[in-house]
Amino acid sequence: MEPIISFRDFSFQYRAQKEPTVRHINLDIMPGERVLIAGPSGSGKSTLGNCINGLIPFSYPGEVSGSLVVDGVNAPQSSIFELSAHVGTVLQDPDGQFIGLTVAEDIAFALENSCTPQKEMHEITRRAAELVHIEDHLDYAPHELSGGQKQRVSLAGVMVDQVKILLFDEPLANLDPAAGKQTMELIDDIQRQTETTVLIIEHRLEDVLWRNVDRIILVNDGEIVADMRPDELLSTDLLQKNGIREPLYVTALRYAGVEVTAAKHPGHLPDLKLEKADGQRVRDWFLGAPEAGQAARKPPLLTVSDVSFGYTKERKNLEHISFSVSGGEMLAIVGRNGAGKSTLSKLICGFETPDSGTISLNGRDLKDDSIRERAGQIGYVMQNPNQMISKVMIYDEVALGLSRSCLSEAEIREKVEETLKICGLYPFRNWPISALSFGQKKRVTIASVLAMGPKIIILDEPTAGQDFFHYTEIMEFLRSLNALGVTVIMITHDMHLMLEYTTRALVFSDGRLIADAAPAAVLCDSGLVERAALKETSLFALASLCGIDEPVRFVERFIETDREVRSRGR
Amino acid sequence: MAAKTVLNYLPRKSVVHELTGTTKLVFFLLFTFASMMTYDTRVLLALLLVSVGIFRLSKIRFREVRFMMTFTLVFLVLNNLFIFLFNPDQGTALYGTRHVLFHLFWRYDLTQEQLFYMLNISLKYFVSLPIAILFISATNPSEFAASLSSIGVSYRVSYSVALALRYIPDIQRDYHAISQAQQARGIELGKKEKLLMRLKNSVNILLPLILSSLQRIDVISSAMELRGFGKDKKKRTWYMKRPMKRNDFIAIALGALLLAFSLGMIAANGGRFWNPFAQ
Repeated sequence: MEPIISFRDFSFQYRAQKEPTVRHINLDIMPGERVLIAGPSGSGKSTLGNCINGLIPFSYPGEVSGSLVVDGVNAPQSSIFELSAHVGTVLQDPDGQFIGLTVAEDIAFALENSCTPQKEMHEITRRAAELVHIEDHLDYAPHELSGGQKQRVSLAGVMVDQVKILLFDEPLANLDPAAGKQTMELIDDIQRQTETTVLIIEHRLEDVLWRNVDRIILVNDGEIVADMRPDELLSTDLLQKNGIREPLYVTALRYAGVEVTAAKHPGHLPDLKLEKADGQRVRDWFLGAPEAGQAARKPPLLTVSDVSFGYTKERKNLEHISFSVSGGEMLAIVGRNGAGKSTLSKLICGFETPDSGTISLNGRDLKDDSIRERAGQIGYVMQNPNQMISKVMIYDEVALGLSRSCLSEAEIREKVEETLKICGLYPFRNWPISALSFGQKKRVTIASVLAMGPKIIILDEPTAGQDFFHYTEIMEFLRSLNALGVTVIMITHDMHLMLEYTTRALVFSDGRLIADAAPAAVLCDSGLVERAALKETSLFALASLCGIDEPVRFVERFIETDREVRSRGR
Repeated sequence: MAAKTVLNYLPRKSVVHELTGTTKLVFFLLFTFASMMTYDTRVLLALLLVSVGIFRLSKIRFREVRFMMTFTLVFLVLNNLFIFLFNPDQGTALYGTRHVLFHLFWRYDLTQEQLFYMLNISLKYFVSLPIAILFISATNPSEFAASLSSIGVSYRVSYSVALALRYIPDIQRDYHAISQAQQARGIELGKKEKLLMRLKNSVNILLPLILSSLQRIDVISSAMELRGFGKDKKKRTWYMKRPMKRNDFIAIALGALLLAFSLGMIAANGGRFWNPFAQ
């Protein structure tokens, strides 16, 4: 059989770069294969994808050498339009790539561009919508859809062209855990029905492996490091070496001293075959855990009592919410999009006023405090640092909030420098912000909030779209702030984050607080997981596979070990 | 939330809604031209009758478009006030006579001619307003681009209208989120701050807004190219375009007729103004 995609000694160098981003790539992909391209940020994995769909070199010019044949087309010599008939690309941001005013128009966009007669266009659109199960929403506008639905629309939009290759560029980055799981199932089903070749670019390996993939191409520093079946790759240490997190159950097996081999099928959890001795090893490791001490509960810092709120009179976005947060806690707020998580943080920061109920800090009702007055106590960090940064230089950005206070120039300087030192940004204080990486920018936004001296900071998706290295960097930084006494509240879709870095999770669903418990307990409760669109942790499945009936303790045991091992590794 | 805009599409089952976007655009242009050309009170009254009649047909109620109405009325009053302040004798200059009703102050006399002139100006507003509101409120936004392209505007330009409609609410939402985050850092944007400082502070929102909008543009242009936008230089079909029916031809014929009527009256009168003071 002829490969459908064939790289031969292929290199590409962006016009603005000094060195090639991908080097000497040799890779064949067969028709009907399901391939995962994994690699840390900046490894060149997205560049590879963009070479296949033609964004490179036609939209992002640069120098190509070697050859790339895509479905019989000499890619670097064709055009983005010619390639689009062969390769359908679903980009990372489901909202940003939604072009049409309604679902139907967005699906039909490619057909419009190829001048398809209207009658035919309506038919094909309907069929594509049925394929992704969105046919009941054809006249919906993008803001009426969830992230997962928008992504299905994008998928339908590329399916209308009957492409032979589907390319997904980080399809899971912006979805809640349940939607991510459904996306993987849908991709799998469509691949089976249409026999297309599927390429998925992702660094969230565990979530992709929810359904079978045939091969994993591991990319780092612009080169292919590994090209193996998942079972084989997971039995090596190549993932850790290249900054990709392996599935938690595989890590747990390693901690328990189980030898992970391809024969045990570690690539797909439902197929995992453990020998009797392995199960015993896991059980022994679990039982060998030191007894955990219960942390004493401090008096509450922030108290939310019986708060209700609705943007309109008809619909309540939050109903009867009550909880309290103690000083020095690090907690997660989870739940599907639209469950009321962001609304809650808006109420706490004072962007919106509750219809009923009170929010108090240290026992004092915040009702009469303006946004600005609250800013000294409660800091808010947006998901996208580019939406917060308004100065050119780091120092000015961090000093911005203070410049409106009554402090003298010298006092401001002192405070800003102190904050910069805490955040590890002091050496960069006179740098322009544009020279920083995403993670460093995030740090700057946190520093600029921290400079105001808040007791609590609320972060919206602190690590969205970050690879394991940057994720660890940001989260360890937040933990160090927490150790200094700052209370940290995070709104997140990342189940790993919640498990590893928080001691408590508030679970929201349809405007109600449905659980307030330890993260491990939340993720081992299947009813709760389903209602709040979360994802059960694979450790839970491993625990039951090994006959351990205290899954919550098992998960906690894993987290403790993992923390130890990783802090030794740093 | 913030997606609520001042003017929006109000779907109904009505003759007006069933017309194609192209028809509504063409009629709007013909009608507006007809009412802009003439100052003949009789013609304007006839047009007003048509305009209000069509508005009734659309089943959109006045109170649903109250905001736009009030906005225009305020504008109308201001417009009249300034015409009077800057040139209280414009009417006399146009109609050639001067019937003073009473003296106000300094050089300001209230004349019948001036009142009549301003009445005609106001009539023009009332004539075109319902049609303009209908064009926006009774046309499915998805049809705008198709209708622009069907009257000969290049599809690239037409599509940018659709894109603007698609992304303006998003950018409004970004703006809102950014301004809240800035306020949470102690930057006051509300009424508590002096105007100059507020302007200065708004700049702090502008930079992140521009940067995040540029990011959006980058994504959207990649997405559009990947799905073949611009593949054919001249042609493109439209999902939402509807075929012209009998009523569409009638509506366009009516528009053309009204324009002909307006222009015909100008020819017959020998000018754009009808002068009741001459007799």
